[in-house]
Amino acid sequence: MAAVRTSSEVALNRIAIVAVLVATLIFLAPIYWIASTAFKPKELAVSVPPTVLFEPEVTPFIRLFTKRVQMQKTVDPQVYEAAPWWEKRIYDGGERVLKVGKDVQLSQYPDRFMNSLIVAIVSTVLAVGMGTFTAYGFSRFKIAGEADLLFFILSTRMLPPVVVAIPMFLMYRMVGLNDSHIGLIILYIAFNLSFSVWLMKGFMDEIPKEYEEAALVDGYTRMQAFFRIVLPEAATGIAATAVFCFITAWNEYAFALIMTNRRAQTAPPFIPSQIGSGLPDWTTIAAGTFLFLLPVAIFTFLLRNHLLRGVTFGAIRK
Amino acid sequence: MASVALTNLDPASRAAARGWSDLTIRNMFIIPTLVFLIVFNIFPLIYSLGYSFTNFAANRSEPWQFVGLQNYRELLTDDHIWSNFVITAKYVIVSVAGQMIVGFGLALLLNRSFPMKGLITTLLLLPMMMSAAVVGLFWQLLYSPSWGPINYVFGLGDFAWLSNPDSALYAVAITDIWMWSPFVMLLSLAGLSAVPQHLYEAAAIDRASWWYTFTRITLPLVSPILLIALIFRTMEAFKTFDIAYTMTTQPTAELIAIRLYKQAFQQWDTGKSCALAYIVLIMVLAITNLYVKYLNKVKER
Repeated sequence: MAAVRTSSEVALNRIAIVAVLVATLIFLAPIYWIASTAFKPKELAVSVPPTVLFEPEVTPFIRLFTKRVQMQKTVDPQVYEAAPWWEKRIYDGGERVLKVGKDVQLSQYPDRFMNSLIVAIVSTVLAVGMGTFTAYGFSRFKIAGEADLLFFILSTRMLPPVVVAIPMFLMYRMVGLNDSHIGLIILYIAFNLSFSVWLMKGFMDEIPKEYEEAALVDGYTRMQAFFRIVLPEAATGIAATAVFCFITAWNEYAFALIMTNRRAQTAPPFIPSQIGSGLPDWTTIAAGTFLFLLPVAIFTFLLRNHLLRGVTFGAIRK
Repeated sequence: MASVALTNLDPASRAAARGWSDLTIRNMFIIPTLVFLIVFNIFPLIYSLGYSFTNFAANRSEPWQFVGLQNYRELLTDDHIWSNFVITAKYVIVSVAGQMIVGFGLALLLNRSFPMKGLITTLLLLPMMMSAAVVGLFWQLLYSPSWGPINYVFGLGDFAWLSNPDSALYAVAITDIWMWSPFVMLLSLAGLSAVPQHLYEAAAIDRASWWYTFTRITLPLVSPILLIALIFRTMEAFKTFDIAYTMTTQPTAELIAIRLYKQAFQQWDTGKSCALAYIVLIMVLAITNLYVKYLNKVKER
C-alpha cells in the first residue's frame, strides 16, 4: 500500500468501490422486497409497475396473526365504529376477524413460530453442550484414530437430510415420535452436534494448555480446571457456536417437512404451505417471512467476526 | 525434558491422583457424542440398507419380500432416474460456476480499504444466512410473469421463469447463486487478505501487468481456499432440496433429492427409495472425503 499510487490506480479504486455499492444494492434488493411487501397495502404488492416507495402500513401483520373470513355484505357502521383500530383495518379489506365469544381467534402462525423457537433453542443448548465436552476431549487428550473419528463426526453433518429422513420416519412411526417436538429436536441435535464439535475444537485449540496445567499444579482437579478455567475462556466460542446452531435449526426445512405436519410443525414448512391455490396474499406471506428472517439478520451482525470460521467448520480462522 | 524427569511435575499425573483420571474424563466427554451419532445417524442408515433389498412400502400393511439387488438394478437402468442425475449435474455446474465467479469477483472488488467496508461485507453475507425454503418461496413473487419486479426491470414482459420447462432450473440456479456467492466471497476474502503485501509491492516495482500479478501471485496463493469453496458448494448443490422444491414443480427442475423425496413420501416406494438414498449417499461421502482432505491441507498452513 505504501507504493506510489498513480492516478490510474486511484481511478481503478474508485470504479471498484462504485461496483461494490451497485453489487450490494443488487444483493439486498430481494431482501428489501420481502421487507417492503410486508408493509404494503394488498393491491400494491402485485401492482404493475412494481411499487418501490409507498406509505407503509401494519395491516399485513394483523392479517398474519388473525383468522379471518370474507364478508358477504358491508359491515354495520355501528359495529365498525365500536371496533378497535386493528379490527377496522380488517373490515377495510372486506373481511372480518373470527372470534369465539369475545376472544379473537389467532391464526396458526404464532403456534408455528413458537414451535420453531422451542425446537431451535432446545436442540441448540444440547448440541452445543455435548459438543463443548467432546471438543475439549479431542483437543486435550490422545485419542486412537483421532483423525478418523473426527472425519466420521463431520461426515454425519454431510448426510443429505432426505436420505436420513426415510429410516428415521419409519422408526419414529414405530415409537410414536412423528410430529413431535422431541423427534425434531433429536434430529437437529444429531445434525448440529458434528458442527458444534468441529467448531468448538477450533476454539479449544486456541486456549493455551498452560492455563489448565497451572491450575492443575495449584491443586485443581481436571474437572475443576475445565469448568473454572477452560469454560470461561471458551465463552465467546460457545456463544458463536450456539448462534450458528440456532440459525441452522431455525432455517431447517427438509426434516421439518417430512417429520411434522401439525402439532410440532415449524415455520419453514408452514410459510410455503400458506400459498394455497388461487391468488396468494403476498403481503401476509411477506409479513410472516419478515418476522421469521428478522432474528437471523440480527444474529448475522452479532456473528460477523465468526462467520468465516463457522462456514468452514472452524478450519479457517482469519 | 530433563527437568520434567527431575522434578516430576507432569501435571497430568498429579491431577490423576485427585478426582477422576484423564482417561475417565476423556471417555465421559467423547463417548456420549459418538453413541448419539451412531444411534441417530448410523443405525438408521443400516436399517435403510436392509430395506433397500426389499419391496417394502410404508403405506401398506402387506408383508414385504426380500428382492435382492432388484431395486438397485431397476434404478440404474431407469431413464427417469438418469435424467434426474443429468438435471442435478446441470444445476451443480451452473450454480457453482456462477457462485465461484460472482463470489470471487466480489472479493476482488472488496479487497481494498474504503469507508464502511465492514458493514457492506456483512450486508452482502445476509442471503446465505437465511432459510432457503422461505426465501426461495419469495423469489416466486420476484420472478412472477405478471407483476414480478425482475421482468419489469429487465423488460422481459411476461416471461414465465418458473413455469417454463426450459428456464425453471436456471431460475432456481440464479436464486442459489444469489444466496451462496457470499459464501465464496467470504472464503476468497480470507485467502486474498493472506497474500503477503510485499509480493504485490515487488510486482509493482517490476512494473508487472495487472494480469501477470493476478495469474502469478493472486491466483496461486488463493487457489487452495477457492478449492475448498468449490468442493463444499458442489456437495451442497448436489444435495439441494429446499430451494428447488419450494420454487418450482417443473419436472425439468426435478433434482435427485426431490426425486428421492417424492419416491419415498409421495409414492411410498420405500424399499426402492432406500436403494436410491444409498446411491446418493455414496456419492456424497466421496465428495465429503475430498472436502476433508483439502480442509486439513489448508488448516496445516
